[in-house]
Amino acid sequence: MSVEFDRKIHATLADTKLQLAIYASTARLKDGRLSSVAPQTLPDYQELRTQANALKKHALENLDYYLEEFERNVVAHGGKVVYCKDGTDVADFVLALAKERGARLIVKSKSMTTEEVDLNERLEHHGLESVETDLGEYILQLAHEKPYHIVAPALHKTRYDVAEIFTHSLHVPSETVPEKQTAIARAVLREKFLAADIGISGANFLVADAGAVVLIENEGNARLTTTAPRIHIAIAGIEKVIPRAQDLATFLKLLARSATGQLLSVYTSFLAGPKRAGEIDGPEEFYVVLLDNGRTKLLPDRSKRQSLYCIRCGACLNTCPVYRKIGGHSFPWVYSGPIGAIITPQFMGVSHEPGLPFASSLCGACAEVCPVKIDIPKVLLELRSDVKKSETREKQNRLEKVAFRVFAWVMTHPRWYELAGRVAAAMAPSEDGGWIRTVPGIMNFGPLKAWLSQRDLPPPPPKSFRELWRRR
Amino acid sequence: MGKKRVSLFVTCMVDQLFPKVGLAMAEVLESLGYEVDFPEEQTCCGQPAFNSGYRGEARTVARHFLDTFEHAEAIVVPSGSCTAMVVHHFAELFTKEPDTLARVHALEKRVWEFSTFLTQVAEVEDVGARLDAVVTFHDGCHGLRELGVKDAPRRLLAHVRGLELREMLPAEECCGFGGTFAVKFAELSGAMAQTKIEAILRTGAQTVVSLDPSCLMQIQGVLARAGSSVRTMHLAEVLASR
Repeated sequence: MSVEFDRKIHATLADTKLQLAIYASTARLKDGRLSSVAPQTLPDYQELRTQANALKKHALENLDYYLEEFERNVVAHGGKVVYCKDGTDVADFVLALAKERGARLIVKSKSMTTEEVDLNERLEHHGLESVETDLGEYILQLAHEKPYHIVAPALHKTRYDVAEIFTHSLHVPSETVPEKQTAIARAVLREKFLAADIGISGANFLVADAGAVVLIENEGNARLTTTAPRIHIAIAGIEKVIPRAQDLATFLKLLARSATGQLLSVYTSFLAGPKRAGEIDGPEEFYVVLLDNGRTKLLPDRSKRQSLYCIRCGACLNTCPVYRKIGGHSFPWVYSGPIGAIITPQFMGVSHEPGLPFASSLCGACAEVCPVKIDIPKVLLELRSDVKKSETREKQNRLEKVAFRVFAWVMTHPRWYELAGRVAAAMAPSEDGGWIRTVPGIMNFGPLKAWLSQRDLPPPPPKSFRELWRRR
Repeated sequence: MGKKRVSLFVTCMVDQLFPKVGLAMAEVLESLGYEVDFPEEQTCCGQPAFNSGYRGEARTVARHFLDTFEHAEAIVVPSGSCTAMVVHHFAELFTKEPDTLARVHALEKRVWEFSTFLTQVAEVEDVGARLDAVVTFHDGCHGLRELGVKDAPRRLLAHVRGLELREMLPAEECCGFGGTFAVKFAELSGAMAQTKIEAILRTGAQTVVSLDPSCLMQIQGVLARAGSSVRTMHLAEVLASR
């Protein structure tokens, strides 16, 4: 584990105000999900999960086919599809288009994919103004922070934090009532929508047979982003493609419920191509950017590629006892929580943060709530093995490696196992049968020290089970 | 007809740290008419190595387990987590060894978590236990989510005379143990345990019961550190109480 990862975890655990904010917000989302997928509300919930899993599996196993079908249909509607290898490719495309069209102002709706490639920073670096229009994302853009959560990016901010950010960045009087804060943001953002040349969105689904981009949202800002400016660019990971429009009947029943507990989100938009002759709304140009950025690296692995099934609902974050303690910013990349712990090492390489797959008690709560049934603990275990295999001689924990070699030897030699157990028991400080709080300095290192930093240790019994069994 | 036979896999943790749990389990099984045996070659299921990314080492230990228990009729385990290791994860270790994999699949059907064995194989809910105590039950994650054990321990507890079960909220949240996670991320593991302890203390119960010695070690360790008088008991110890 890196020092940075360790430091962030410690800092978050020590921040009581932050702990409360994370716990309360995730509890609200978690409870919302639970009631909206309850048997009396959604009797076929488990069947829908199975179906969603099968659809994603099928789509990924035939990714080339469905991407080409999607592209053909987008083009048939008058749109264009652009394939990008990485963030540089995406930025180059947007910058070139903006230059050609003389565009200066961009409005953006919420998109984790654009966060993944630091799109705003890249565009701003070249003198373009790129404004986030989702309220949470807007707050974070003003605060110069990355999303804390896949669905609720500003989950860690209280309304008092927001008041401070607005006062500082927008020079408005301090306002702590959420509705009034929303009105402040709305007034600023309306002007941006009207003046923007380009709207950039993400995509929740790319529908192959319809050539359509599907967006779900609650604020209406994605609708404005995709229809008010004369150019719309949707940026999506290649794994977002699904075969048929009718498959949405499965996914839309699951997505909002899993994310926020809503039966459906407030807006569901189907966007297929630019505005047609005679239509008064919609962009004149419509582009879909299909981003790889490491995704194709996952495809050869039959098990781990299920990580690409994710529909970014965030349910695994809300239910994860680790996320609920260490929050979103402790994670080494924009994707946090259990899903972040499995996709980050695969997109960025396992050595990016080798401690990440180990930061889990493997409780399995994530897999239980995943609407597309990704077996997250299984992938975490596979990644742990990958981390150990990839460690170079200098980087590896020699002591741990030797310890597990010894472990395997001892556990296959029962007499030595018994002897080792008795030696360890004899070395333990006897505290008249009570639990052990401290050990002599010479023993106080490594796992023993770590254990005792948090809790007491059981005293070794006078006789092991096998000794007692023999005397029965 | 001869006596029904079961073999104990007591787990390394029970063998070395909590032998009373193993004895209690044997007592309960014997009281139900089983002939209980303890294959002495047994050690560990290999989960510590598997969960730490050392699959080669885990495979070696798993193979030893296979050799030890290959001929046992039924194997009963006082841990959801160790049971899940055998019945769910052994197969992942031998995907490239078809012969061993076949042995794994033949074995995994005969490995039982203790409470599930009682309710499904022995088909008993009332084992004649008596314990005057207010208890709360902690669902170990692997038993709950990998084996689907939820009702069995509660049905068994419901028949213990003098016992009152008070559910904690939430009962299904992890205690933070997680094997080597508890020492690799000690502070985080401790914070998770605190949340669990708060849920336990809110019930007012004086005893925490679970199927997993490892969860109980974490929970009791934190309770002891806090100077609490609340104690932990394995389900087998409760069911062996008279």
